[in-house]
Amino acid sequence: MSGGTSSLTARRHRVVQERAIGTLLFACGAISVLTTIGIVAVLLSQSAGFFAEVSPIEFLTGTRWSPQLVPQSFGILPLVNGTLIIALGSSLIAIPIGLASAIYLSEYAQARTRRLIKPILEILAGIPTVVYGYFGIMFVTPILRAVFPHTGIFNAASASIVVGIMILPMVSSLSEDALNAVPRSLREAAYALGATKFEVSTRVVTPAALSGIVASFILAVSRAIGETMAVTLAAGATPRMTLNPLESVQTMTAYIVQVSLGDTPYGSLEYRTIFAVGLVLFLITLAMNLLSQKITRRFREVYE
Amino acid sequence: MNGPSLAPRGGRFEPRIAARQRTGRIFRGLCLAAVGFGILSLLVLLVDVTKDGLHVLSLDFLTRYPSRLPARAGIRSAILGSLWMMGLVTLLAFPLGVGAAVYLEEYATKNWFTRMLQTNIANLAGVPSIVYGILGLAVFVRFLAFGRSVLAGAATLALLALPVVIISAQEAIRAVPSSLREASYGLGASRWQTIQHHVLPVAMPGILTGTILALSRAIGETAPLIMIGALTFIAFDPKTPLDPFTVLPIQIFNWTADARTPFHDLAAGAIVVLLVVLLLMNATAILLRNKYQRKL
Repeated sequence: MSGGTSSLTARRHRVVQERAIGTLLFACGAISVLTTIGIVAVLLSQSAGFFAEVSPIEFLTGTRWSPQLVPQSFGILPLVNGTLIIALGSSLIAIPIGLASAIYLSEYAQARTRRLIKPILEILAGIPTVVYGYFGIMFVTPILRAVFPHTGIFNAASASIVVGIMILPMVSSLSEDALNAVPRSLREAAYALGATKFEVSTRVVTPAALSGIVASFILAVSRAIGETMAVTLAAGATPRMTLNPLESVQTMTAYIVQVSLGDTPYGSLEYRTIFAVGLVLFLITLAMNLLSQKITRRFREVYE
Repeated sequence: MNGPSLAPRGGRFEPRIAARQRTGRIFRGLCLAAVGFGILSLLVLLVDVTKDGLHVLSLDFLTRYPSRLPARAGIRSAILGSLWMMGLVTLLAFPLGVGAAVYLEEYATKNWFTRMLQTNIANLAGVPSIVYGILGLAVFVRFLAFGRSVLAGAATLALLALPVVIISAQEAIRAVPSSLREASYGLGASRWQTIQHHVLPVAMPGILTGTILALSRAIGETAPLIMIGALTFIAFDPKTPLDPFTVLPIQIFNWTADARTPFHDLAAGAIVVLLVVLLLMNATAILLRNKYQRKL
């Protein structure tokens, strides 16, 4: 009788323990939700104070950004312009070169070569961004200045080049995965119709993998938009509505860094700009990430 | 003379096979050149940094505090700060990440909440690191009043690393064959006993690989730590988690942004040290992965 009771207690003890562990593990998962809520809450609440003093319309349509100068001016477009120049410039490097690398690795290279080269390219993505900043200023900019004498010490071009190199493996790896997922039967059917390898690669395999390829482009551009240290170091700190890549610009991320490096008083209007700019940055990258996920899910061709 | 279209969308049939194959060879050459560009960029970057930085490397460089005089400056406080980060981020992100992964793979039922959780984690992995810095500044530095301390920095980086740890731990747990779980249940083990004694030990090499990779990303991060106010000039050892600190990437940033040239070589020297640390971490991860792949 007493034995039965103790085994019952033991079992009850175990049930309680199991339930406690389940709750604990759930709490670990919930932290990721809390992180998102935290990000949104911080950005919205702090920006609210900013938008109480600066109209959102002026903020989103103004073409002059000078929170540190009198008269202050809070038009975010120059920062958006700087960010877009870098995003566009780095895409011009990373998208064609990344896609061509992916096609080579997936369609031309032997399995052994691919296993060797893919991790080597991925090292590029693992190098800290501050190192790319150093490389941009100390290596790329001097070359640009030798070729184009009017290039500024800080310029959008060198930042675009190093960011392009940085996001290259993202395009090449993810696109290669997409190309690899195209079934052999499609290639063989095209060969049977007399297509050359070039035609099979560019007119059959690449279109079939297009959703994955486009998703990789969007993710890479989103990474370029959120990139901070390389652009802070190489592109400078001049918010400007220019399209000339040889001039210095300032991106949204570089502005946020500039403010936190300075001694801006906590709670001032200038201090709050980092949250308003951060909110715009967060919304842009979130939209792009969601779009990329949607493209992968919606347009994925499911074979077999 | 339009033949049946070879291409799925537009384009005429080009009967001259030699011309088509020439196009193919040019295309192949271009693709190979693209691969070459990536590899060459990596080589040039590594050689450039090593060439600039190798001559400043010495035991003194590793053990001295930063200084206004380039000849006497070192990265002692930056190395210590990075080690603090490594230790604390692991302590925070590893249990939380593995816990979340176990919950998602072994406990969660397939409902809207789980799907939301999963989407949320995927999106967090794509949030720019500087946004985590803004979060850390508002929550850890200000709200929880950790100040500009080691703890505030580590907590921020742990949140940044968490999604990557969760996603890779999930993959490792998913790869554990379900026969193992069923055998354990069949012998009367509870769910947690099964996870503790059978699922986690088998998944552990994969989990560790992912954690090390996430950690190596966190160690190279600069922007979020600048946001939370990690200082650039620290001439003492951080002794407790509430001390101010600097890390290697911030020291590199500071020296690179300096207008005086001698400091640029110091930056390159610190980059070499940072890259060696990252290389060692990644090599460990690869060794673990290879061992793991052999086992299954």
